[in-house]
Amino acid sequence: MRGLLKLTWLEIKIFLREPLGAFGTVAMPVLAFVGLGRIAGRGLSAAASPGSPANKLVSVGFPVFSTVLIAISAVLSLVTIISIYRESGILKRLRATPLRPLTILTAHVLVKLLLTATTLALMLLAGKRYYPVGVDVPLAKFTLALLFSTLSILSLGFLLSSVVPTARFAQPLGAIILYPMIAVSGLFVPVSSLPPGIQGLARILPITYAVSLLQGIWTHDAWSAHLGDMAALAAAFVLFTAISAKVFRWE
Amino acid sequence: MDSSGASRFVIRVSHIRKTYGRTVAVDDVSFDVQDGGIFGLIGPNGAGKTTTMECVEGLRTPDRGSISVLGLDPVRDATALHEKIGVQLQEAQLQKRIKVWEAVDLWASLYRRTVDSERLLDQLGLSEKRHAWFMTLSGGQKQRLFIALALINDPEVVFLDELTTGLDPQARRAIWELVRGIRDRGKTVFLTTHLMEEAERLCDRVAIIEHGRIVDVDQPARLVDRHCPERTVVLVTTDGAAAEHLGRVRQVDSVIREDSRITLRGRGDDLVAEVISCLSEHRIRVTDFRTIIPTLEDVFLKLTGHSIRD
Repeated sequence: MRGLLKLTWLEIKIFLREPLGAFGTVAMPVLAFVGLGRIAGRGLSAAASPGSPANKLVSVGFPVFSTVLIAISAVLSLVTIISIYRESGILKRLRATPLRPLTILTAHVLVKLLLTATTLALMLLAGKRYYPVGVDVPLAKFTLALLFSTLSILSLGFLLSSVVPTARFAQPLGAIILYPMIAVSGLFVPVSSLPPGIQGLARILPITYAVSLLQGIWTHDAWSAHLGDMAALAAAFVLFTAISAKVFRWE
Repeated sequence: MDSSGASRFVIRVSHIRKTYGRTVAVDDVSFDVQDGGIFGLIGPNGAGKTTTMECVEGLRTPDRGSISVLGLDPVRDATALHEKIGVQLQEAQLQKRIKVWEAVDLWASLYRRTVDSERLLDQLGLSEKRHAWFMTLSGGQKQRLFIALALINDPEVVFLDELTTGLDPQARRAIWELVRGIRDRGKTVFLTTHLMEEAERLCDRVAIIEHGRIVDVDQPARLVDRHCPERTVVLVTTDGAAAEHLGRVRQVDSVIREDSRITLRGRGDDLVAEVISCLSEHRIRVTDFRTIIPTLEDVFLKLTGHSIRD
């Protein structure tokens, strides 16, 4: 336990020492959120009815898009770090200590979740001030929903980082796999209006459920309305974690 | 196994084999390491040194055979074993931007029993580098940090894999002193090296490994005596009768004379003493006198039929 906390704290410090590390993961989603809102908000006059699709895109679509970005950049960052650590023998060296393999992964996940929460807080703070339609959101519930979603997508990251041989591959491969998922996630086009084949794909991707959960909680739904989403995210987490535990390579 | 036997051997390796696909890394390796002293596993690159060591450390599982370290099974009791041993891995790295003190502090938090980390850094000459990032350290400093991490838990056995590879001669000598210091504190050191000079100067016992098999195990001097008893004396003299006198010395097998230079070949440790007494008996004046005594390098050449550098 002492090892876990120390390792987590150490990894936070090391992450902050990386040039552009904090900028890429923390500032990017915040900028995307505020930037998109301002550009779209300019065209959105007060005359537009509050329930119009354009208004919905700005008030729900962009915030959820940005939070999904937060989750994905956390995952990419994890995939990269794990593959660098494996490639350079850091994992192997840690393995020769009483530290359990799971503790090492947990420390990294904690770092990423903490980063996710920080980015979200910054986003909402910036949103209060600069966002065209203002930000009014059940903060605690939304944070929880985001951490839950991140954890589920992180497990997909475990799987990726278990099978990707080198760090140079890890990040681009992760990006190629993760970002297109947003397109079919129901964020911009409802899943039900996608072609049947793509719908099937959307239904097996955790991001789809994350988007549904985040959109719902953002618009003040109750947890009970999203039990299905949470069950799907939890199932994805269990499945991906179990597979990656089987195939994970320490060197 | 009785208790006295268990305490005498800290490592027992019995007929282990490890293959990667079709490559046989370790074919059939058995050896015992006694309590205390420096034990070296020596051989060329690719002979199976690192694989053997990593099996003993519990980082790899042998396909066959059994290993016992401090009475523990390295695979089954890995966590308990890692508490009691210190490990330095070949070509290991740490996080680029981790500071020296942070690494030592992290490692100290992982073990139940630890030594004073400030003193350890001081002993290893790293005090001034406590706040330096890992990536800014020199090769020798990195190795000293890895030694510090291997010693932080006051281990009973310390594993050092190709510790001085890539270091300059000065840094190498400094590291040797540190390793002797570890032994003098009563620890057992198990190291691998492909440098015969390192093995000869550092190790109390060595096992020679080649193509995944142990060729022989003993003290370096005894290996030399057993496999390379030949001794050579080269001397320079203007005394015309010298070659004839020296040829009569019992241990001398051959005498080669080139101008004033005489090369005597023979066997046994007495050769040199007998040659010297022959010189003084016949009052032969020499202007140069050198002995050539075989080294582990020669033993290796003899046992494997090729030089370790091939």
